[in-house]
Amino acid sequence: MSILEGLRLAVNGLLSNRLRSGLTMLGILIGVSAVILLVGVGNGASVAVQQQIQSLGSNLLTVFPSNARGAGGVQQGFGTGSTLTLDDVKAIANRQSSPDVVTAIPSAGGRAQLTFGNQNWNSSLTGTTQDFPSVRNYQLASGQFFTAADVDASSKVAVIGQTVVTNLFSGQDPIGQLIKINRQSFRVVGVFAEKGSSGGFNNQDDLVVVPITSAWNYLLGGRGRNVQQIYVEATSAQATSAATTEVTEVLLDRHHISDPTQADFQILSQQDVLNSASQTTGVLTLMLGAIAGISLVVGGIGIMNIMLVTVTERTREIGIRKAIGARRRDILMQFLIESMFLAGLGGALGILVGFGLSRILPLAVSSLPTPIISMPSVFMAFGISVGIGLFFGLYPANRAARLRPIEALRYE
Amino acid sequence: MITLEGITKVYRAGEVEVPALKGISLHIPEGEFIAIMGPSGSGKSTLMNLIGCLDQPSEGRYILDGYDVSVLTDDQLAWIRNRKIGFVFQSFNLIPRASAVHNVEMPLIYAGDSLQRHERAMAALESVGLLDRASHLPNELSGGQQQRVAVARALVTDPAILLADEPTGNLDTESSLEIMKLLRDLNQQGRTIVLITHEADIAAFAQRVVRLRDGVIVSDERQALATEMVR
Repeated sequence: MSILEGLRLAVNGLLSNRLRSGLTMLGILIGVSAVILLVGVGNGASVAVQQQIQSLGSNLLTVFPSNARGAGGVQQGFGTGSTLTLDDVKAIANRQSSPDVVTAIPSAGGRAQLTFGNQNWNSSLTGTTQDFPSVRNYQLASGQFFTAADVDASSKVAVIGQTVVTNLFSGQDPIGQLIKINRQSFRVVGVFAEKGSSGGFNNQDDLVVVPITSAWNYLLGGRGRNVQQIYVEATSAQATSAATTEVTEVLLDRHHISDPTQADFQILSQQDVLNSASQTTGVLTLMLGAIAGISLVVGGIGIMNIMLVTVTERTREIGIRKAIGARRRDILMQFLIESMFLAGLGGALGILVGFGLSRILPLAVSSLPTPIISMPSVFMAFGISVGIGLFFGLYPANRAARLRPIEALRYE
Repeated sequence: MITLEGITKVYRAGEVEVPALKGISLHIPEGEFIAIMGPSGSGKSTLMNLIGCLDQPSEGRYILDGYDVSVLTDDQLAWIRNRKIGFVFQSFNLIPRASAVHNVEMPLIYAGDSLQRHERAMAALESVGLLDRASHLPNELSGGQQQRVAVARALVTDPAILLADEPTGNLDTESSLEIMKLLRDLNQQGRTIVLITHEADIAAFAQRVVRLRDGVIVSDERQALATEMVR
């Protein structure tokens, strides 16, 4: 018996019981569309996270002080040490010793209470130097960023993000206005352009930036003149590992440490962050896929159930076919093709439904990351559904093939 | 054509062994029209299953068209049924979802014989006078027509023997006569026919009548005039 003949038989058999075939197919359809949709959502989320991290600057390195050791060598929290200084920043930015570094900026800050008129807003304060916009990928919407002279003179000037503008200034132009930062008056000299969605991450538009010297002098009192982080801009994303090596050497040398394992700082590149984030979203995608996969298995059991019923119903037909010369293989093939066809068709329809849902769903639920459907996952879903038809059809088909012709013929 | 030597068949029902056939020896030459008669429980259905290669004997030898059937595997038996035997059943046993011509084609499909399959099926339907009903489903046909489709299906592979198990059991008198005439005509064209029946007037179409009782042959007689009676 040829495959074509088997397909004709399968279609014939399925058409003779349309409702039942349809419902069985629905099980696989739902499973496959769920796999496609959820894996798509997972992929979408991971791409969104990656884009966000890349918007921070893919050539960015962050240098943290190592964990401070308290009495008796007890490690305190990450980045609690205070070993980085402004001179370290200047040394890193020196192009002679680190050719792969464009520039470096210090950062020190914390939360700050902002007041303008009768409006209050709690925001994130960063004290830094004039190169902050280029290193951290910020554009200015109006006004300008403070200058090196402002840093040297520890001027009381501030640049604020869009979220701060919205919350403090109702329609007023903030440029030139005096705001209070932790009760100290600062003049707003610039406003950052909006950086875009935050999606669970820190809102990148909710910030106030001042010269680091001003932050030390007026705002972070009592915490000394230390640098909490150094942001280093490498010449390119590819140069980040070379830049990491150079920065490490400069800092080891400056801190008089000969053993790199004893370094009192840590360097994190955006690549590291990106890697750990994509690892997380990868696990998320896998989990979503696995949950959807369960429904596919349930659909497969539905197929097995229906195929068992079909085999029982057609016992007599099987007997007739055997009497006129069908071998075991022929009967096995007939029912296997039928269950694979059922599952395959359900899978194909499920792919279409999955595609449709992934277009429609983001319109209805705006917080959902746009699902990204990859072609390999579509082919895999189809292959798996046919495989499920094969696997769950095997037992019923084998049962049919092993029926003894005289008993099958006698079956009423 | 067919030789049975000391065939026995024992069924097991739990602990109890039930002998259905107790040593049957029978020779059926090519071109013969033989009727096997007997009351229910005589073992004639068992004998028909054995001759039709649907079942294997417990003991004894069965030679069909030169093949020793008693030693064959399941798949080889399927091949023998496909090529050497044409079945006509009491309850027609057509496949309900397939048209008449597709039912007739079916043995050719399993023979892996795709050459002119449709034409051969149509020719077989023509030989039973049902060419105009080729595309009808079995439930659109009368009992007599269904049985003629079954005969066409039995003939399409050009088998060595035609095995008819109570072929008129579900038919009215007129259709029964029609089918029996068809079988007689086929026999006169040289086809070997084995007919299982319990009705004497149906057995009367055969040249030879073998009677079974309690698993043994009790009589084996020729009836030369049988075919003349219906004229």
